[in-house]
Amino acid sequence: MNKTLETVQAGLARRRRRESRFRWYGRIAIFVSLAFLAMLIVSIVARGHKAFWQTEIAIDVFLDPEELTPPTREHLAKADLTGLIKQSLRQMFPEVRQRRRKRALYRLVSSAAPYQLRDYVLAHPDRIGQTVRLWVLAGADVDLYQKGYVDPETPESERRIKDYQIAWLRKLESEGRLVLRFNRGFFLNGDSREPEQAGIQVAFRGSLYMMVVTFALSFPLGIAAAIYLEEFAPRNNVWVDLIEININNLAAVPSIVFGLLGLAVFIGWFGLPRSTPLVGGLTLTLMTLPTVIIASRAALKAVPPSIRYAALGIGASRVQTVFHHVLPLAMPGMLTGAIIGMARALGETAPLLMIGMVAFIVDPPQSLLDPATALPVQIYLWADSPERGFVERTSAAIIVLLLFLGIMNLAAVLLRKRLERRW
Amino acid sequence: MQPHTLFWMLLGLAAYGYYLGRKRALTVSGGEIRRLHSLPDYYGYYVALWCALPALAILSLWLLLDDKIILRWVLAELPPAYRNLPPDRLSLTVNVIANLLAGERQANTVDPALAEAAEHYRHLKQLGYHALTVLVFACATAALTWAHRRISPTLRARNRVETVVRIALVASSVLAILTTIGIVLSVLFEALRFFEMVSPLEFFFGLHWSPQIAIRADQVGASGSFGFIPLLTGTLLITAIAMAVAAPLGLLSAIYLSEFAKRRTRAIVKPILEVLAGVPTVVYGFFAALVVAPWLRDLGARLGLSISSESALAAGLVMGIMIIPFVSSLTDDALTAVPRSLREGAYGLGATQAETITGVLLPAALPGIVSGLLLAVSRAIGETMIVVMAAGMAAKLTLNPLESVTTITVQIVALLVGDQEFDSPKTLAAFALGLTLFVVTLALNLVALHVIRKYREQYE
Amino acid sequence: MNTVITERHTTPDLETDDHRTVGDYTLAEPRFTCRHVNVFYGDKQALFDINLDIGQREVIALIGPSGCGKSTFLRCLNRMNDIIEGCRVEGDIRLDDQDIYAKEMDPVLLRARVGMVFQKPNPFPKSIYDNVAYGPRIHGLAANRTELDEIVETSLKRAGLWKEVKDRLDHPATGLSGGQQQRLCIARTIAVNPEVVLMDEPCSALDPIATATIEQLIDELRSRYTIVIVTHSMQQAARVSQRTAYFHMGRLIEVGETTEIFTNPRHPLTEDYITGRFG
Repeated sequence: MNKTLETVQAGLARRRRRESRFRWYGRIAIFVSLAFLAMLIVSIVARGHKAFWQTEIAIDVFLDPEELTPPTREHLAKADLTGLIKQSLRQMFPEVRQRRRKRALYRLVSSAAPYQLRDYVLAHPDRIGQTVRLWVLAGADVDLYQKGYVDPETPESERRIKDYQIAWLRKLESEGRLVLRFNRGFFLNGDSREPEQAGIQVAFRGSLYMMVVTFALSFPLGIAAAIYLEEFAPRNNVWVDLIEININNLAAVPSIVFGLLGLAVFIGWFGLPRSTPLVGGLTLTLMTLPTVIIASRAALKAVPPSIRYAALGIGASRVQTVFHHVLPLAMPGMLTGAIIGMARALGETAPLLMIGMVAFIVDPPQSLLDPATALPVQIYLWADSPERGFVERTSAAIIVLLLFLGIMNLAAVLLRKRLERRW
Repeated sequence: MQPHTLFWMLLGLAAYGYYLGRKRALTVSGGEIRRLHSLPDYYGYYVALWCALPALAILSLWLLLDDKIILRWVLAELPPAYRNLPPDRLSLTVNVIANLLAGERQANTVDPALAEAAEHYRHLKQLGYHALTVLVFACATAALTWAHRRISPTLRARNRVETVVRIALVASSVLAILTTIGIVLSVLFEALRFFEMVSPLEFFFGLHWSPQIAIRADQVGASGSFGFIPLLTGTLLITAIAMAVAAPLGLLSAIYLSEFAKRRTRAIVKPILEVLAGVPTVVYGFFAALVVAPWLRDLGARLGLSISSESALAAGLVMGIMIIPFVSSLTDDALTAVPRSLREGAYGLGATQAETITGVLLPAALPGIVSGLLLAVSRAIGETMIVVMAAGMAAKLTLNPLESVTTITVQIVALLVGDQEFDSPKTLAAFALGLTLFVVTLALNLVALHVIRKYREQYE
Repeated sequence: MNTVITERHTTPDLETDDHRTVGDYTLAEPRFTCRHVNVFYGDKQALFDINLDIGQREVIALIGPSGCGKSTFLRCLNRMNDIIEGCRVEGDIRLDDQDIYAKEMDPVLLRARVGMVFQKPNPFPKSIYDNVAYGPRIHGLAANRTELDEIVETSLKRAGLWKEVKDRLDHPATGLSGGQQQRLCIARTIAVNPEVVLMDEPCSALDPIATATIEQLIDELRSRYTIVIVTHSMQQAARVSQRTAYFHMGRLIEVGETTEIFTNPRHPLTEDYITGRFG
């Protein structure tokens, strides 16, 4: 063996150790990144999954004819429904006499209870005069306690729910008047100041409308722009280069800047109404367009030139070639790009804050021009609320949002897998 | 007729035009399609386009302008007491009229002159719609008839239609330029108005940021301080923390995945890492505020450090997590672009994999990696929701990551969310901040994109 | 055309025949001994039972039509196939009687002994000096800067590049011409002081003048190193090599003295290839 070999051999062990250290750095980096992801998901699911259930209390309400006739919406709006609820609570716990205790008793049920009573009466006007068992929402404190969010070790003075209230709950439970049910209200209600009544319906519709607007605009526009740049634009032309640089840069412009644009142009200049899905959709369209264009161009690039030559060779015009032959082949890729762009738009919050979609809205929007919020904005609003009950709602809304995003991305992946062509 | 009804009617008419055009093309060809210059469909499209496009142009122009014109007429007829108001008071009057029209105010609660003006407005608008209907239909029918007449076997219908298609394609791609111009103009105008009230010197070099004071007193700029430096340092501090997290983790995971991992591992781990990029930023914000910040605070308390519950560290850390896949996928691209021959050259000399990576691949991929990092920085600077939810509002001039700082984006949101007037320096300051943000990120993006482009060309 | 040949020579069917290599593949004092080498890419077999000795300080040329497995065989000799996923090597390959595929054999050490020059010049995007110094640096061959300078100078001189680049050692290597780049790659390889240099079609990307320079260089290097060269040019094989091995469809068909192979091929396939009937 020569000298070189000895030298190399001497250093080998050290170099191998470095090599394996280097590998471990990589493994650790991946592990840490994945651990962050796991922490994120676990902490949100742990906090949110219980929001899909909700505590309800059965109360026996006397449907007092004096108060409730005639059973019309107008009349019931003025009737003292709260009084009837309070009365039935007092009857269930006749031993409660002190005023403060009574108020604590009333707080067992949600402030939505009178509305539930109203809906019941409107649905069953024939029951007026009878005493009926009515399931109403429990108050937020009760709901939190029942789901185990309140640590019983905490001194009573620091708890929002007191020992005597807990005793009442035990009694209700033993009578089968206290259950955890699937929380339909979370999906059907609009926003509310009371966590137990708050739902994502407004946000969901707002997001849906915006997605419709965004898709309807960004998909055709994006494809058209991509077709021009990929199939028709002259190469090495200053203007075309300018457009390309623009598109690439717009894809990296902070989303909040698009919000400022939307605020100044759509609301300031065009005078469109604030807080509406139309303006939100338009703003998100401008934001998504670069992504769609870039993805569509990639899809067009993947179509081999031989197909174009074949079509041109039998006398098709360039427009015909593109629309009859290239476009159908590139469509799956374009659609995938569009779906991914939509998924990004669906999760976007900052630009919507700029155009005023942060309003407190209870009624679901009926059209593109009604004020609405969006799912991520609703998450932001709830995350800001001091009430403890909203932590759970926020997490639940996040779970819903992540599910939608997951489905969209999965659809994109499957679409790509299924329709991927190999030439 | 309401504009949207008009729109659908117009589309219907265009469809009828298509039918007519096609039929006439068949008739003039005497049943022999080969005598026609183009396929019969193109004659149909030709007529339909002539029918719809000019009428649609009129329709959209009208809708864009009618409110402004009608408003001007209505205002001109107001009593002089209103007409001679200064612009800001006048806009209040306009608001009252708008509220009357929207039914948010009852006519009997306001000056009868205004109620009358609202009525006048409504009348004019209705009249306008009637006129519009007549105009649009006249135009559409005339164009339809004219195009229909022109159909002959020698009419180059396909070329005409394709020209329109091409113009539409060009217009779509020009939209990208318009968007950029729109951003620049919208932000620039408001920012310039801001700089009329507050000197740019004070803005760019001032050390104090407390815009709230300015809205209370009427003396613009004199009382509120708009020094942008604390926001800049806050933004840079959080960005630096984020990059300190994302750069090593992203780089190392990309290197491991692209050079060491087996194909199967890569196929599984890579998409999972990408999930981090797909999580909406508002979720990260919630995570930062609810999980990471309290955890850091408790950790600090145990170590005897006082960590603010809205520390730059928490926001930066979470932002770093968000950027990991961004860095790693760009690094991955850069590494994959390094030609195989360089790898083999190093292995052929007896380099270990680690030596090949650090000695050959990374230097070769450096431009790509650096520009990827620049893009990541640009993203961190422009990121909004995480800092809005997890960083503070206090504009402190500090580089201590344990304290609470604020960023440019946080202040934009703070200034613009909620009730706002377009003219207060507070609102305008948001646009000045937006302009700064846009210029900074634009510079970073352009440099990064340019380097990436050059880098790709080098190995192609 | 092909069918005519088949009729005339009754070409052996390589898929089914238990064929033997024509010519003597053994040597008295071999550097490499390869026995029963099979190589697979996934399910596909690329080399079938190759037996070949490679001698000390000789130039052996591996020739054959493209896809015949000559490059694959070359890459077995310094385990460059290791980095290709799904590639599997069976059989026995010994360098100075050491099994190079043994567990305790470190490919790093092996590659320090068996250097390689590639088809396309692949200088690292560094300076000329750093390119040549890269190998000595990673292996720790130079104790100080002076020694390193010496190694770089000697290697560049041996590669016949010193005169052209001595004034611009700090310039980027990518600025050199194709022929210069390839000679730089050779200098880079011999800077590690290997025993064997593998060359994978080193001139295929070069013009005739640069090719001639490289061929001359190979002839000079023969005094110090064993050189295995894969080439698609028969003229080149004839010019630079002492022995020649002809590969066809993953089999080693014939091996022998270069003059012998080119003037008097014994196997019909070799003859067809040499006379330019296919390839």
